[in-house]
Amino acid sequence: MPKLSEVCSHVRSKNAGPFWITLDLWFSDSASFERYAAAPSLQPAAIGERFGVDPSLVKYFAMPDLRVVKISYPRARPQGGAVERDMHGGQQYVQLLDMEL
Amino acid sequence: MPAHSTDTVNVLVPCGALGIGVKERDVFSALFGAHAIACDAGSTDSGPAYLATGRAKYSRDAVKHDLSILMRAQAKAGIPLLIGSCGTSGCDEALDWTRDIALEIAREHGLQPRIALLYSEQSGERMAAKARAGRISPLAPMNDSEPQRFRACDHIVALMGPEPYAAALEAGADIVLGGRTTDTAVLAAVPLMRGAGAGAAWHAGKIAECGSLCTTHPREGGVMIRVGRDDFTVEPLGAHNQCTVETVHSHMLYENSDPFLLHEPGGILDVTAARYRAVGDRIVHVTGSVFRRQPYTMKLEGASGTGYQTIMLVGIQDRDVLGNLDRFIAHMQDVLVDRVRETMGERAGAFDISLRAYGWNAVSGRQVDAHAAPPREIGLLFVATAQTQEIATQIAKTCNPWFFHLPLNAGQELPSYAFPFSPAEVERGRVYEFRLNHVVHVEDPMELVRTAFLETREAVHA
Repeated sequence: MPKLSEVCSHVRSKNAGPFWITLDLWFSDSASFERYAAAPSLQPAAIGERFGVDPSLVKYFAMPDLRVVKISYPRARPQGGAVERDMHGGQQYVQLLDMEL
Repeated sequence: MPAHSTDTVNVLVPCGALGIGVKERDVFSALFGAHAIACDAGSTDSGPAYLATGRAKYSRDAVKHDLSILMRAQAKAGIPLLIGSCGTSGCDEALDWTRDIALEIAREHGLQPRIALLYSEQSGERMAAKARAGRISPLAPMNDSEPQRFRACDHIVALMGPEPYAAALEAGADIVLGGRTTDTAVLAAVPLMRGAGAGAAWHAGKIAECGSLCTTHPREGGVMIRVGRDDFTVEPLGAHNQCTVETVHSHMLYENSDPFLLHEPGGILDVTAARYRAVGDRIVHVTGSVFRRQPYTMKLEGASGTGYQTIMLVGIQDRDVLGNLDRFIAHMQDVLVDRVRETMGERAGAFDISLRAYGWNAVSGRQVDAHAAPPREIGLLFVATAQTQEIATQIAKTCNPWFFHLPLNAGQELPSYAFPFSPAEVERGRVYEFRLNHVVHVEDPMELVRTAFLETREAVHA
């Protein structure tokens, strides 16, 4: 099974407002998108477990025109506050790169 | 629709955020044919401090630089200038800060625009009353609307839609400076008031909200949107910049939890059926956007201060420590917390000590794989959070000898890790938190908005 970084040309994460983080995964080509967009490790149950949030709140979108999978999950704590480590959520995607699909 | 149809409503969007750097040449060369200039000046993206304190993120000089170009362009072209979410948070204090800059510019350049100010800050008491009346709904992941939640905020803003902007323009304003507004609404306001299609206007506003972020050169100034009945185009201002189907379509992903449905005051923008088509190599034409009307709601943002923090930083290259980092940091955490409890007792109050190893796992906070090679060096950040600044600093000072000299194993000679500052502790100030993720249901779009007009002819001579 390939790692996410082997089938995606670009992966990013960012805040979507103070209470959510959103992940955008650009697959390298249509074949990769078709084969891996629906992989279980990208689904709400797996994403919820990885980021420690309720899977029923995780949103998943497949966008074939862009060869993009978009995943949004609520932050465990709102942006800012005493224990913030990543104010923009801009580095959270890195922990997905070695994930097997 | 041709790229330069005469029956479109054209909005010049000079930048993604006022203060980020407007290019005078781009703005003036695109002025001809524009019906309005509009941009946004705020965001929650840099954290809760800006709303909780009312202070702006960008410097006064940077905002004045951009606003001066836009006010002179407004005066030259005689078209409206709309700026949303003034002063980062869009609270009343931030709007007044922007107003004073505008008055200074008017004075310096001999401009006499009629300025409308749209205030949308809300009192905690009023919102608590709305909550008690069942007029406030929480948005996921939040699930309560306890009135106390609203009273605990230092500032609350309600995100305005386009209606207050249209009303101010109809009342004769040349420039509208708005408090907190949805990014899209300030760009969609003039197209909507001049009869463009709602789906096209809202979608165009969303695509252009961050200026040239929807182009191939995201740092190159702004864009022009041209909005028709059922379609719109987007074109970069910079002659060598391009919009492509990919860059425009992809903008629906940006800082958006849902790429198809966007909730706005008064309805939902649905772009599920939208189609993107290139017109030449610089312009993208979009059709199929739909706006579905819903009962009018305004999103609420609220923030307040909580504790205070004092920080210390140390660099570690000791190879034994780096080879056993997780054990070392866990041990240090226990030693520091025990030391504070023993030394300060009740006086420390509710406190937190957070150790973050930069170069190891500070960014994620997650356990590092057991087989990972040790780093060459780490920066270990100590963050004490307490109820007052004085206590946070006392905690840091109490921990000082242990944080800088804790050996890996008992009985070892005392090490000295590399600390860069004297005094070692840095008072970081207050901690702020976002407290609201709600919408308030209103009778009409103006219910929570206060509009004031400023005659610069009088004000600049006052």
